[in-house]
Amino acid sequence: MTNHWNDLANSDCVLMMGSNPAENHPISFRWVMKAKDNGATLIHVDPRYTRTSTKADIYVPLRSGTDIAFLGGMIKYILDNNKVFKEYAVNYTNIAFIVGDKYDFKDGLFSGFDKDKRAYDPSFWAYVKDEKGIPRRDPTLQDPRCVFQLLKKHYARYDLDTVSSVTGTSKEDLVKVYEAYSATGVPDKAGTMMYAMGWTQHTVGVQNIRAGSMIQLLLGNIGIAGGGVNALRGESNVQGSTDAGLLYHIYPGYLPVPSASVTTLAEYHKKFTPATNDPQSANWWQNRPKYMVSFLKSMFGDAATPENEFGYGWLPKPEDGKSYSWLDLFDAMYKKEFKGFFAWGMNPACSGGNSNKTRQALANLDWMVNVNVFDNETASFWKGPGMDPKKIKTEVFFLPCAASMEKEGSISNSGRWAQWRYQAQKPVGQSKPDGDIVLELFNEIRALYKKPGGALPDPILKLKWDYMTKHAFDPHLVAKAINGYFTRDVTIGDKTFKKGDPVPAFAMLKEDGSTSSGNWLYCQSYNQDGNNMARRDKSDPSGLMLYPKWSWAWPVNRRIIYNRASVDPTGKPWNPKKVVIEFAGEVKDGKYTTQKWTGDVPDGPWYPLKNPDGSVREDGKLPFIMKPDGYASVYGPGLKDGPFPEHYEPIECPVEKNVFGSQLTNPVAAIYATDRDIIKSCDPRFPFICSTYRVTEHWQTGVLTRWLPWLIEAEPQMFVEMSEELAKLRNLSNGEKVVVESPRGTLEAVAIVTKRIKPFTIQGNEVHEVGIPWHFGWVWPAEGGDSANLLTPSVGDPNTRIPESKAFMVNVRKKG
Amino acid sequence: MKLTRRNFLKVSGAATAGLALNGLGFNLTPVQAYTGALRIKDAKETPTICCYCSVGCGIICHTDAKTGQVVYTEGDADHPINQGSLCAKGASLYQLAQNPKRAANVLYRAPNSTKWETKTWDWALKEIAKRIKKTRDATFTAKNAKGQVVNRCNGIASVGSAALDNEECWVYQAMLRALGLVYIEHQARI
Repeated sequence: MTNHWNDLANSDCVLMMGSNPAENHPISFRWVMKAKDNGATLIHVDPRYTRTSTKADIYVPLRSGTDIAFLGGMIKYILDNNKVFKEYAVNYTNIAFIVGDKYDFKDGLFSGFDKDKRAYDPSFWAYVKDEKGIPRRDPTLQDPRCVFQLLKKHYARYDLDTVSSVTGTSKEDLVKVYEAYSATGVPDKAGTMMYAMGWTQHTVGVQNIRAGSMIQLLLGNIGIAGGGVNALRGESNVQGSTDAGLLYHIYPGYLPVPSASVTTLAEYHKKFTPATNDPQSANWWQNRPKYMVSFLKSMFGDAATPENEFGYGWLPKPEDGKSYSWLDLFDAMYKKEFKGFFAWGMNPACSGGNSNKTRQALANLDWMVNVNVFDNETASFWKGPGMDPKKIKTEVFFLPCAASMEKEGSISNSGRWAQWRYQAQKPVGQSKPDGDIVLELFNEIRALYKKPGGALPDPILKLKWDYMTKHAFDPHLVAKAINGYFTRDVTIGDKTFKKGDPVPAFAMLKEDGSTSSGNWLYCQSYNQDGNNMARRDKSDPSGLMLYPKWSWAWPVNRRIIYNRASVDPTGKPWNPKKVVIEFAGEVKDGKYTTQKWTGDVPDGPWYPLKNPDGSVREDGKLPFIMKPDGYASVYGPGLKDGPFPEHYEPIECPVEKNVFGSQLTNPVAAIYATDRDIIKSCDPRFPFICSTYRVTEHWQTGVLTRWLPWLIEAEPQMFVEMSEELAKLRNLSNGEKVVVESPRGTLEAVAIVTKRIKPFTIQGNEVHEVGIPWHFGWVWPAEGGDSANLLTPSVGDPNTRIPESKAFMVNVRKKG
Repeated sequence: MKLTRRNFLKVSGAATAGLALNGLGFNLTPVQAYTGALRIKDAKETPTICCYCSVGCGIICHTDAKTGQVVYTEGDADHPINQGSLCAKGASLYQLAQNPKRAANVLYRAPNSTKWETKTWDWALKEIAKRIKKTRDATFTAKNAKGQVVNRCNGIASVGSAALDNEECWVYQAMLRALGLVYIEHQARI
């Protein structure tokens, strides 16, 4: 989240799309309802009428997989009706940038497409730069090649009739939403967007979110109280585990993982450290080398020296251009490329797209380790449906781990608050905290590598690994290492730090090896003031519920990120009633003479862009400090599938034609080719759209909820929700056990026949959609049914490779 | 004095020690009788954060002084996000702490076997370490086809986990990268 949960109450208009917060993030809804009490308009856009819809002022349905058409229509409405918050958009976003002649868009394809490689060359989309290398701008927005004009041209096709025929949303409903939401494009109104997997799990997932972000930028809704683009993350610590770099492409703190061609640390710094010649751009990532060296020091301690590039060479390097994402991982496992596998705190046999492929892949391993709180479909896959244990060679080690209240440590919520929690009871039975299991296992591995003969023992033997106190994992020691410390006595400015002192905040991290920090983004979380994540002071000087002394938020305790965009170029809040930050420096002769901000921790301490008399300050900084040029991207030339979101149908879809152009589906979507990767579009055997979702009483694959008596009693089994019209068509009745099948799998489910889902009219035809929850699995309970992911496809977004679980095709029929 | 329910219980606890009527201005005897019957009477309060969705609600665990077991959980009224309220999942946290179906033993399933066997930690961790070393040594690639140093262990993959604490995530990624894994993924991708 750019903002955080309490801040939802500060909003004037809440657009919930691709999410169902009332049921899936119920306590977030407390703050949505507070906003409503304060007069905010609530909008819910969803294929299904849910509990969120019941509280919304405006509910409109849309067909799964058509969000870009819907949002593209909103962009057109905003431009056509002059709803852009122009001063914000011109000064803080790239709408005034001039785009080079090579950019073009024709009939569903952007320029630079290579049909054989199924890839774009993004150099075709570059900006025009001046002699200093700074992008050229036309603040009048009249240049036909400026982003604003290209945006206008791109979305000219997204008129109400076309959008309605694609989304199935009536024209009246579209206008209702567009009108209400675009009313926030003024200085003193805030609109927020709440999205979840309904936006992400598509082959256009990233572009769905970009479309939302573009609207927020046009309306001036980023960086302000009650605004932002807010991801409702699904797991209690999925924010923290991502921050910690448990992904193939990033180290902790979003430092890119270098591929094989980046052979030295110097090359790494060169490749991943952006530069700018614009004095007004903070270009924060220019600090990347400091964070990377501090990370290497945290990994290898004293063994990381300038002479050995701080151990850079010991870290594994993936191949250039190859993806190692979830879908690729299980594709490789299915093709027998691995011998060993850890499924740590996960249940992949139910959680990823195309579970039958995953389950078969597990049978191709020599050994697997599963760490979990309960038995699950991954640990026990070898005795699952359709499996013959006698023919499965995979050795399985099941390690029982402690539950959340049986250990101490921090987790980071969606609002980036890292909150410390404590041990309330000892782990049950033989179970142990995951931290202990990791430390003890690695100690065993290390003992084996102490004997000569093993492959490259150095990174194993030299890894800094002193995190035990009294033979147990000590989360405080690790938290301190993540925060970071000085590795020798140093003086910075007028302050002297001793070797071992904590680094106060990431601005003090160094590239020379004098600092170690496991994750620069968490530097300040556990410093000279102690464990800031454990704070419980509810003071709220802003009155906006920022709670600066409750727990700790990354980065540097900033509660609303990009908050420099909440003020005008002279540092005055756009909305004086909801002041996130304000420049409070002294003024002499119309010029600022001292540097001081009040309110939230500003996105950097620098002066605002202009003095009170309107003169430009060379030392002022643009608000979007993580972008090399300082401006937020309405035009996004860095993605794999084009600088503007374009509607493409899901890989499995109910229509033969994309009315926006000849390209039916995302031309660069991630697709796979094993015998388990079966896709059937517009196939009369699979005539209905299907989407997956969650219920309040369960969580993810159900591993931590199906075993709880209260929860399983409330939601005991797999079901399929369908319209009365579809039930009639298939002669099905409410409560009847039916079969749901896709080209990849079959499920039994109880039919829920409801008015909450209605058929859509798409390109003049009646199209039906059904929905299924994904919490169930064959292990427990006995009659609970199996995973929704048996039906979903293993195809993914080209940028993130998230599977397309939210729109695929199925059949529903009577059992037997 | 603003009296939240939790403060009220604390004060009522003090009342048990003979400080009734002190500062409150009304009779606490009925409350005293009520708290006497509560199973959380002498329990220790430990704040935790919910393990389900990412809202990050505060929960108070009540641990029995004699058994050391969690006997009750409730929403943390002092927590600014949930202010004591919880959803169905958060409200069921007690049943995660006290659940006879929890996995309590290290289990092993041999190749082509039809059953689990119970094992010790020592045995399991040593055996897993042996397999890791064997696989790593057999599949380690020091240089790729272009001669670039890659120091990669190709034969092992990992998924996990958003279910770990931040500190656990960090040591886990450190271990995986020291081993040379490149297939490192978790819930965030799906």
